[in-house]
Amino acid sequence: MRIRFRFSKQGRIRFTSQRDVARMWERALRRADLPMAYTEGFNPRPQLSFGLALPTGAESLAEYVDVALDPERATDQGIDPATLPDLLDGLLPDGLHVEEAVPVERSKDSLQQMVTSCSWTMRIAGVDRDGLAAMVSALLAADTVPITRERKGREELDDLRPSVLALAVAEAGPDGVADPSGRTVGLVAELSTRPRGVRPVELLRGLIAVSGGSADRPMDGPAASGRPGSIPVIDRACRTEQWIERDGLRQEPLLGRVVPAGADRASHALERAS
Amino acid sequence: MESLWPQIEPLLAQVTKPARYIGGELGAQQAQHGPDVVSWLLVYPDTYEVGLPNQGLQILYEILNERPDAAAERSYAPWVDMEASMRAAGVPLFSVEGHHPASGFDVIAFNLSAELVYTNVLNLIDLAGVPVHAADRTDDHPVVMAGGHCAFNPEPLADFVDCFVLGDGEEVVGEVNEVLAAFRRSPAPASGGRAGLLTALSQVPGVYVPSCYDVSYDAEGRLAGVTPRHPDTPERVEKRTITDLGAWPYPRQQLVPLIEVVHDRLNVELFRGCTRGCRFCQAGMITRPVRERPADQVRTMVSAGLQRTGYDEVALTSLSSADYSGIEDTVTGIIDDPSCSGQVSVSLPSLRVDAFTVGTAAQIQRVRRTGLTFAPEGGTWRMRQVINKLIREEDLYAAVDAAFSQGWKRVKLYFLIGLPTETDEDTLGIVALAKQCVAIGKRYHGSVTVTASVGGFVPKVQTPFQWFGQNTIEELTRKVHLLRDAARPVRGLTIRWHDPKATAAEGIVSRGDRRTGAVIEQVWRNGGTFQEWSEHFDLDLWTDALAAQGMTLEDTVYRHRGETEVLPWDHVSAGLHRDFLWQDWRDALAEHGLPDCRWTPCYDCGACTGYGVEHVVASAVPPAGGSQGTGQDLSTGGQVPVRFLSTAPGGAAPATVPGGSAVALATEGRN
Repeated sequence: MRIRFRFSKQGRIRFTSQRDVARMWERALRRADLPMAYTEGFNPRPQLSFGLALPTGAESLAEYVDVALDPERATDQGIDPATLPDLLDGLLPDGLHVEEAVPVERSKDSLQQMVTSCSWTMRIAGVDRDGLAAMVSALLAADTVPITRERKGREELDDLRPSVLALAVAEAGPDGVADPSGRTVGLVAELSTRPRGVRPVELLRGLIAVSGGSADRPMDGPAASGRPGSIPVIDRACRTEQWIERDGLRQEPLLGRVVPAGADRASHALERAS
Repeated sequence: MESLWPQIEPLLAQVTKPARYIGGELGAQQAQHGPDVVSWLLVYPDTYEVGLPNQGLQILYEILNERPDAAAERSYAPWVDMEASMRAAGVPLFSVEGHHPASGFDVIAFNLSAELVYTNVLNLIDLAGVPVHAADRTDDHPVVMAGGHCAFNPEPLADFVDCFVLGDGEEVVGEVNEVLAAFRRSPAPASGGRAGLLTALSQVPGVYVPSCYDVSYDAEGRLAGVTPRHPDTPERVEKRTITDLGAWPYPRQQLVPLIEVVHDRLNVELFRGCTRGCRFCQAGMITRPVRERPADQVRTMVSAGLQRTGYDEVALTSLSSADYSGIEDTVTGIIDDPSCSGQVSVSLPSLRVDAFTVGTAAQIQRVRRTGLTFAPEGGTWRMRQVINKLIREEDLYAAVDAAFSQGWKRVKLYFLIGLPTETDEDTLGIVALAKQCVAIGKRYHGSVTVTASVGGFVPKVQTPFQWFGQNTIEELTRKVHLLRDAARPVRGLTIRWHDPKATAAEGIVSRGDRRTGAVIEQVWRNGGTFQEWSEHFDLDLWTDALAAQGMTLEDTVYRHRGETEVLPWDHVSAGLHRDFLWQDWRDALAEHGLPDCRWTPCYDCGACTGYGVEHVVASAVPPAGGSQGTGQDLSTGGQVPVRFLSTAPGGAAPATVPGGSAVALATEGRN
């Protein structure tokens, strides 16, 4: 038996890593006394499988975890998935909020393998709205967007362009409200996970590169913002959806809600956040 | 107090491990500040990951927050990248709960678990925006306090710390809070201001206020004495000792951090104190006598703690956990507890060197079996008699045999080099022992790993070895090379060693006097923070600072102290009579071991008689395999797997030990 949870990660807890979140889930599930299935061997671990790793510092409205339960004990205990979100919400740290839980079939592909793209909204500092709009147009018009990425300790040159499925300047930032200081500009994007996932900071690096900026190492933070001549930086980034695309249709991984590929889901995501 | 979070948040996107600075742990307390409430910032002067698990700090945190007249928050040393960002942005040291500025607290209290963190202490006081020198502080500044094992030689930090608290903190922290609360209530002129407050604190038993004492030196520049300035101030400050650990079932709400930390598990303290009498071990000397926690309380703390935290591992901590009365029943009870569903592992961080203990370990580590660690400390029987770690070779071999035969493939052995009277034969005995352990392993497995981890010995205050002149860097390096060369041909044996330069720097501070403060200050001013971390340690900073003060390694570190010499820590006491320590030092040189006084008659070290306390142990019989040179018949000690105990009894406490006492608490050995 396997249960898939959808949860959000918002606020200060965004500074924890994917690995930290996995450990928070393990502890919460043990406190909930759920009959988890464990791996074999000298070092048995609970069988948890997360979706695409979220970069440290990013928020998310669309995180998933599959939890394998021991079928015998789960049946004995009569687990009702509908009760689990409330139960686990009380046991997870502030900032992690469980939204839904449903039983799923055991599949040979992990969540991580199935997810094909992610939607993001961001607040970008250090650039005005027109400036960012020009960068977005330049990126969308480009045939290739070469960026260097670090992989296993080595620098590699990658083309970012095929991974950018959608990109637009937006009114709102990740938490659904315009930045009151007016210091930042909203950006929404849908980024493919194939062949490799794209992190928000890598998208920004591509945006700077296509507009002629030097962007070997744009900072993943707002330190440079507001200064004249500063480079754009990410103030906040939030993953709003993870998608599984099949036959031209995008499915949300938990309930299989279907949305035609290309439809803008940002407004839905922002409603969820409020 | 205002929250600095809006200023801190923008810094976090640029630093490593930003979650070190966000708080949010399970068990974090909502401190209620108010006009009649004394506010404490409890600081561990190393990284969050190292400091968070510290049980002493967590115990005081809870005890203070349970008081209506106290509120405590925590802070840790920001890593160098975060410190640079904070200084650039003008953000001072802050608490992780409310992100309140450190200078807004009434007290900034440091846990001192190791000497090389002292430069971090100065750095954190400075980062708090508080004058580094105690003499420069005014009525508006917080009181800077310190406690922990290193407080038993307070002099090197005496210029920077307003008051030290010695021994178990559970009771005295409340008494100190009452003095501070009274000071808060009365107008400054009436209370005598800061000087009046410090004088009042100096009269609390267990509290040492350096500014209430004069230091004098003789014509040759040697320390002549540290004497009180006021008639009400004690000539000698005695440590505090709680008599009943069962009355203090803390931490009740152990902190569960959001990020991974060292010793990331539930910790339950089995007993405090150790009377094994290992002569190099400061923790064992300064935490006497033995006070066991009642077994039913241990069980309750374990089961409630696991349920509350969701941890799947519990460590039963103490200085020698296998010596706890009824350790087997305790361990079995945890493993068989149905609420643990067979997925909880139990660890005994201080394994005794005998086969019996391995049997227990095999049972409790059935869930996760990685490696086993033993601490014979000395390479030959002669050496182990000198240090009073009375393990025979047969004990070690039986233990290792038991480990390999029961499935372990990795064994780690802890040793010290640079011990008193050590010869090259003793040093090379380390390789001989380890080599034999590899041979035993090969009987069971095709490939085994034995790691001999070798530390350089630093004499510690309030121990029989406090008079011993530490080995030079050159001598320790020569011994390391001896070991390395001898071990090279042995397949399956790895030698690891601690940097002899760091050992020397630790020696500067370990037995320093008040003049050492200037050395620490210069090292800090020249950028020497995080000296516990090999990537930041720099011996040149220390030797340059020594030279600038006209001091030398020869005199401060390598010199033997004389019987009548005034020692810089003579005016603080862990209860041990100086003549007892001197006699034990002579016994060491005579290679004469001393049995554990839990199970043999008292030899009046002073720790019990001086304070009117005594051992609290549930069993007057030594545990199986643990007679450690008492000559007692092992068969009286309970169930013994005789097969593994062919010859002599053995066992002792390791050199480096997991945390036990409250204020007096070592971090669980990052050694």
